[in-house]
Amino acid sequence: MLMFDALSERFDGIFTRLRSRGKLTEADVDAVAREIRLALLEADVNVKVVKAMIARLKERANGAEVQKSLSPAQQVIKVVHEELITTLGGTSGKLTMSSKPPTVVMMCGLQGAGKTTAAGKLARQLKSQGLQVLLVAADLQRPAAVEQLRVLGRRVDVPVWSAPDDGPQDAVEVARTALDEAARLGRNVVIVDTAGRLQIDTELMLELKQVRDAVNPTNTLLVVDAMTGQEAVNVATAFDDAVGLDGVVLTKIDGDARGGAALSVKEVVGKPILFVGTGEKLEDFEAFHPDRMASRILGMGDVLTLIEKAEATFDADVAQRAQESLSTGQFTLEDFLEQMRQVRKMGPIGNIMKMLPGMPKELKGADLDEGEIDRVEAIICSMTAAERRDPTLINGSRRVRIAKGSGTSTSEVNALLKQFKQVQQMMKALTGGGKRPKLRGLSGLDLSQLQAGE
Amino acid sequence: MEPVILVIILAVAVVMTVSAFVLTRRSGKSDLEIERDATKLAPPRAPKQPPRPSPTTKTAPTAAEPEAIPGVEELEAEPPTERTKPRLRDRLGKTRAAFTGAFSVVTGRGKVDDETWDELEEALIMADVGVPTTTKVIDAVRQRAQAEKVNDPERVIELLREVLVQLLAGSDRDLRRAASGPSVWMFVGVNGVGKTTSIAKLAQREVDAGHRVVLAAADTFRAAAAEQLATWAERTGSEIVRGQDGADPGSIVFDAMSAASTRGADVVLVDTAGRLHNKVNLMEELKKLRRIVDRTEGALCEVLLVVDASTGQNGLTQARQFAETVDITGIVLTKLDGTAKGGIVLAIQSELDIPVKAVGVGETADDLIPFDPEDFIAALF
Repeated sequence: MLMFDALSERFDGIFTRLRSRGKLTEADVDAVAREIRLALLEADVNVKVVKAMIARLKERANGAEVQKSLSPAQQVIKVVHEELITTLGGTSGKLTMSSKPPTVVMMCGLQGAGKTTAAGKLARQLKSQGLQVLLVAADLQRPAAVEQLRVLGRRVDVPVWSAPDDGPQDAVEVARTALDEAARLGRNVVIVDTAGRLQIDTELMLELKQVRDAVNPTNTLLVVDAMTGQEAVNVATAFDDAVGLDGVVLTKIDGDARGGAALSVKEVVGKPILFVGTGEKLEDFEAFHPDRMASRILGMGDVLTLIEKAEATFDADVAQRAQESLSTGQFTLEDFLEQMRQVRKMGPIGNIMKMLPGMPKELKGADLDEGEIDRVEAIICSMTAAERRDPTLINGSRRVRIAKGSGTSTSEVNALLKQFKQVQQMMKALTGGGKRPKLRGLSGLDLSQLQAGE
Repeated sequence: MEPVILVIILAVAVVMTVSAFVLTRRSGKSDLEIERDATKLAPPRAPKQPPRPSPTTKTAPTAAEPEAIPGVEELEAEPPTERTKPRLRDRLGKTRAAFTGAFSVVTGRGKVDDETWDELEEALIMADVGVPTTTKVIDAVRQRAQAEKVNDPERVIELLREVLVQLLAGSDRDLRRAASGPSVWMFVGVNGVGKTTSIAKLAQREVDAGHRVVLAAADTFRAAAAEQLATWAERTGSEIVRGQDGADPGSIVFDAMSAASTRGADVVLVDTAGRLHNKVNLMEELKKLRRIVDRTEGALCEVLLVVDASTGQNGLTQARQFAETVDITGIVLTKLDGTAKGGIVLAIQSELDIPVKAVGVGETADDLIPFDPEDFIAALF
């Protein structure tokens, strides 16, 4: 289950006795603060940052009026959520452009944080905005790092400046000559990829300073792996002290780490988190959204993104029809097919699923292949209209026909019918005002209230 | 009902049905089919990716390669005494000097109270041990302290060290070898943890021990990963089996294994592409790679999960997922020469009983050391 559900349940316990009262007392807030502390620590937020956050939280929450529309638990979570968003800063996803081109971007960070990939992704993004980019391979430590950048350069069609293979392999020299090369090629953005280094490696940190002095970067970006633990604070502090950071790139957030490192780094460095790396492909690079990150750190799922997508793609008529069939308790395969097509418009179903709160863990683990979803569609399309309205009609010979028509097997048809029946029952329970077993996490969360945090 | 809520409920219904269907379908897939997939050698991620350009990197010179040859000479010129492996304590001594005072607050107060426990707890969490394991450890220490009626903070810290060492004790940390034929050691892990570098280090160790080593460049996904491994093969004096970028990793593993047995090699080190453990397709691909090795009975001796010392609580999830998929036999903890403590391996050992088998402490081929629980715990604080 998602962390949010666990959090919210724990809070509900604390708050049941509170419902009759109108204000949050200090004792209530203390009890909740403990849970929040645990949640943040489990998300890898640095211990010291957690302490500071909790102190601020207590100040804000003590004596706050309990809003009618929210349960006290929701209210505290909302306060925490807002606090996290404030700490994480705004959304920009923009580099500082130099008034005197070229704009120079220098990437730095630990080994394996994803600097080279991030450099390639950033180059692709800037190029698509019409800028003339030059990539500079100043990582001469790791074997084949230069080759890696060259390959990325070819993929995004951006020239790569590197040391001649038979010449001296000196990162500072490469950096120094890069600006002349940029001028020669008429490039207005230069992205410098540096070697990964430990912040305590004095020799390599000195080299980094020399590279910086050689290119005089407009943007010095620290690349941080979203899976980083408590160490994030030391890394950020040391790099900031050494070269002066202007921003942060958070990588590998397509993993399932809660990403508390983002909060730690932001709190320590005070510079914006500009971009996030969201996948292995070069286009998987986005502006940072503090609200989404805050939800993630609290384990709330990416509900806000989902709402945005839903609002952007959903057809009001279709939703209307679905609501009617739901309220009459007649959610048929016909409606299901229509809804499935709607949902697919929002993007790959696998991605949507990751954003949904309260999904059972077994299902969440399934990496849904669009091809497999096509099979579901094919099966339903191979049914007659009458069968779709009343699946009980489907007997053995009809199953064989449907399987043949859709190029699947009868066991697959059976599986789909069985799953559909279960979901149908769930929907009935949900809309019939009965218990809400599966969707508790979802219905317990007043989405419109959380949106107000933006 | 609010429209947005409705929409999301519908999405849930659709997604649940579809995913349950897909799962049922997958579990119903016969072994025969899976086997066929494996032999068909179609990497499942291929269709999802943009067509990977297959530049002729095989012939393209890299900046690192010219260095490789002097590198080898340099290594050969080194006196053999330089090769004696440093112990963890020696390697960490310098960087850790600043941290030895971590408990001065605890000891300075001269008595054991609630604050003492809070501070110990904090120290463990700061080392990325994680809340559940920390709680478990602190509870154990507290019990012992109560039984002994301890009121000396120094003794509490001693007890803490004992409990932690005990947590790590008794594991077999030797890398296993095949009874006959080449031993295959597979390296897996998320992106950027240091799989290739760790392989280089183990290759060096094996070559130094007089073993014949074949490296299998089965990371065909990351740009120039095979180049990186080729450079290491040259520097360490190992052989390498590789394909084009974007080639099927399964065929490379297969080729490497047959090359190793015909050439009479002792170990095959398989470098796999970094993959996040929550990407089911990529994990399935890894399962297939393992199955290819498993076809030669007794060949697969180790599946090592490489974990970066700076990894936080996600490390436990990684270990759990990789263990479930390819049944990992040990951990290689990398980048322990920084200030990151790598406490997550305590959680991994405590929760999953998977031992650390090697530790990486630098960027050269010699920077690999055996894992010593006592030194590791001493370095935690």
